[in-house]
Amino acid sequence: MDKLLGALVDGVAFGCVYALLAVGLTLAYKTSGVFNIAFGVQAFVSGAIYYQLHIYNGWGILPSFVIAVLIVAPLLGIVLDRFLFRYLRTASPISRLIVALGLLVAIPQIVLLKFDETDAVNPTGIVPHGLVTYHIFGAVLNRDDLMIIACAALVAIGLALLFRYTALGIRMRAVVESPRMAELAGTDSDRISTMAWILSSLVAGLAGVLLPTVTSGVSDIYYTTLLTAAIAAVVFASLTSIPLAFIGAILLGVIQELLNRYLPTNSLLAQELRPSLPFVVLFLILILSPALRNRREATDPLAGVDPPPPAPAARVRSRELTITTRTLGVVAGLGIGYYVFFHGNDSVVGQATQIAIYSVIFCSIVVITGIGGQVSFAQATFAGIGGFASAQLASNAGMSVLLTIVCAGLLAAVIGALLAVPALRLGGIFLTLATYAFALFFDNVIVSLSWVSGGIFPVVAPRPQLGMIDFANDRAYLALCIVVLVIVGTIVVLVRNGTTGRYLTAVQGSETAAAAVGINPTRARIVAFALSAGIAGVGGALLVSQEGHAGKADFAAQIGLFWLVLVVTLGPRTVEGAIQAAIGFVLFQSRVLTDWLPWIINHVQPFLHVNALPLAVATIFFGLGAVTYARHPEGILEANKTKSLAWVQRRIDAVKNRAERRPENPAPTEQPETVP
Amino acid sequence: MTLLDAVGVSKHFAGIIALDNVSLDVDEGEIVGLIGPNGAGKTTLFNCLLGLLKPDGGKITFDGRNLTRVATYRRARLGIGRTFQRIELFAGMTPREHFLVAERVRNGRGALWKDLLYLGRPTAAEQAAAQEMLELLGLEAAADSPIESVSLGVGRLVEVGRALMIKPKLLLLDEPSSGLDRRETAELAQKLLTVQREEHIAILLVEHDIELVREMVSRVFVLDFGTVIASGSVDSVFADDAVRRAYLGDAV
Repeated sequence: MDKLLGALVDGVAFGCVYALLAVGLTLAYKTSGVFNIAFGVQAFVSGAIYYQLHIYNGWGILPSFVIAVLIVAPLLGIVLDRFLFRYLRTASPISRLIVALGLLVAIPQIVLLKFDETDAVNPTGIVPHGLVTYHIFGAVLNRDDLMIIACAALVAIGLALLFRYTALGIRMRAVVESPRMAELAGTDSDRISTMAWILSSLVAGLAGVLLPTVTSGVSDIYYTTLLTAAIAAVVFASLTSIPLAFIGAILLGVIQELLNRYLPTNSLLAQELRPSLPFVVLFLILILSPALRNRREATDPLAGVDPPPPAPAARVRSRELTITTRTLGVVAGLGIGYYVFFHGNDSVVGQATQIAIYSVIFCSIVVITGIGGQVSFAQATFAGIGGFASAQLASNAGMSVLLTIVCAGLLAAVIGALLAVPALRLGGIFLTLATYAFALFFDNVIVSLSWVSGGIFPVVAPRPQLGMIDFANDRAYLALCIVVLVIVGTIVVLVRNGTTGRYLTAVQGSETAAAAVGINPTRARIVAFALSAGIAGVGGALLVSQEGHAGKADFAAQIGLFWLVLVVTLGPRTVEGAIQAAIGFVLFQSRVLTDWLPWIINHVQPFLHVNALPLAVATIFFGLGAVTYARHPEGILEANKTKSLAWVQRRIDAVKNRAERRPENPAPTEQPETVP
Repeated sequence: MTLLDAVGVSKHFAGIIALDNVSLDVDEGEIVGLIGPNGAGKTTLFNCLLGLLKPDGGKITFDGRNLTRVATYRRARLGIGRTFQRIELFAGMTPREHFLVAERVRNGRGALWKDLLYLGRPTAAEQAAAQEMLELLGLEAAADSPIESVSLGVGRLVEVGRALMIKPKLLLLDEPSSGLDRRETAELAQKLLTVQREEHIAILLVEHDIELVREMVSRVFVLDFGTVIASGSVDSVFADDAVRRAYLGDAV
């Protein structure tokens, strides 16, 4: 009995850790409309500053706390609001999620430029003598634990009261629903929004300095892991109810603690279920909860004030323009191909191969996000499924490697479809969270199984062989990857222009109207999901075959998030966008930071000599690049392409006019009518 | 012959009786009106007919087929077309593309493998069908402009055209006149009547605009507080005391 009581108290204590994050995340969503996946990162900023000041610099608890939590955290909130999310208030929830994702990728790297997290061990809490323990109902809790419980309870109660009894709470919700409507009703939306961000950032800061006593280290990974676990509680509260989020988090902590105590430690179930419980719970809540079914985010009734999004460049180009740009593209492609094949050294060939492979993988994001209009956080996982399947089949079943690549694609497609069937009943952000839960579950449970990743030693992934051609030769393998890329690219273009693509556009435009003409929206989306997963699987198989092995960490969910940010920022709607993202991804790491940028820096000024820039710069650069997504949902390259194509078109028109020797006769510009 | 037959349809929402034992029928090629004050249950009935809501009781048959367990998109394929009160268009498509998509669904040629064999693009026959619909509705001028840039009146016509492209036997129109001015309403009614006569389509019209109802329908059902309080020819229904009370209050 005492054992049970002790487990319960311990569970509540640990639940409070989740509760701080879950309540903060719910608060952020409720008051800013942003599913702030970077909330954990905001907490990390305060945690790192507190540790830096208190431990490294030896400051007292109070001044460190004041600076980390009461000054820096709200300031960060103000910056995020003023310079970023204020402009995204009328953007879709998905674009806000992408921007938050960019911050998740970029902010830790910025902090880590100055903060050394590997040495940040044995952190202390915000009460003196935090390790003094008390025996409470058979559980042993120290003062730091008690502080976390007290803070979580106070924050939850305070916020619940704020939303229930104050005008400010109601205004915050109104501004999220429709900032313009709130202004029409006499509320200063900007001020309210800033206050909302300050409030949620304060909670993030508080969580940031409290949590390290539990994780016994200060690392962005701890915060992000705890946050993703807390998402289960947030979804339990349908993203809106702070008391429910608190209760959900406590329940999660208690269940986890009970499993800890009562499952035999050596059983398979215990080893795999324990760490992954939050993700399993999240996934189950998402697919089983009737409250979330077909739930759509509230749309701003005044959203029609904004102009419609621009059409992709491909839609407005003329025939001559197409011929001109295609010819240029082919010539440039052949030129680069010639150089790489005949004059490139091994590293150039290797990088070109990587570009081709990543282009294939990124095409999967084009299918699911650019054409299907869904955001999947599990693309790295699908690539991983393909990679591991191909490697295992080739090295353990002795299958022909080319065949394993096909099998990898098929397997990933089937798993994608199976995931899609329950998940697609969910709308928008909940679907994304379901893919995230799946990815994290794969990371934490499936990958560790020896028949998947080979356990401690990575699985060997041989190169394919076809008759006389041995693709162990890097140039031959590059040719193979280019062939695969051409096939995949053609498939993507055919699907986009074909029935499937148009059905998906229709479903995105209006799901009810699509059903009203007889389109099965679920089927259309499942096809997109499966196709996308299949393409990712093929890409993953190619990747492991190039590397020669497939290891545990090669396809972590976080890698997939970075890919997503990159593709979505650069151009998620076209195959060119995917290729450009791949070029950026590979060259930035292998060339730009190591050679090109230092060369430029060293040549423009004589004072500072740079050898190579840290890799983090690429992450920061691309992460912050996602910020442009809200302004250019078609991708920043696509946006600039539209501009430059318009320029080329004017050149063509000028040439044509001169050739025809006619007086210039511009077409009458049509004034489009606007929807009232 | 009866095309749509709803018998004893009921729907409750957490204690509120939205529809109570409602029966309604539409014959082939007939135009039937459904009117009633706000909150009478018109939209609920509409959503039940379309399968967006599942009725708690009653039976709906269409063309001799029980619709109870048929999904919304399948009802469309059986021949029930609809338009929306708040227009629902496919963002990012032109009016022509709206019609092409609907035509493709009707042909039932939407398989992934066909896309991969370059068979996904619109065929000449489909282009011709879409062009014909554009001409029928007088939409040639707006045919290739983005749907976001067209006016509400054009948007309504695109919705009507999109519904007609699936060659429906029954067209459900949800307040087609809302947001349109007098002239646009009259034009829309004119076009609807033309199409209806040519294609012999049945229409169920939910409408607030009594003039439009008078002009178009042969029979009308009046819904109030979830029950049918009167039905029959337009003139007889408007002479009915219960209808007058429902619309104008007890004082009359």
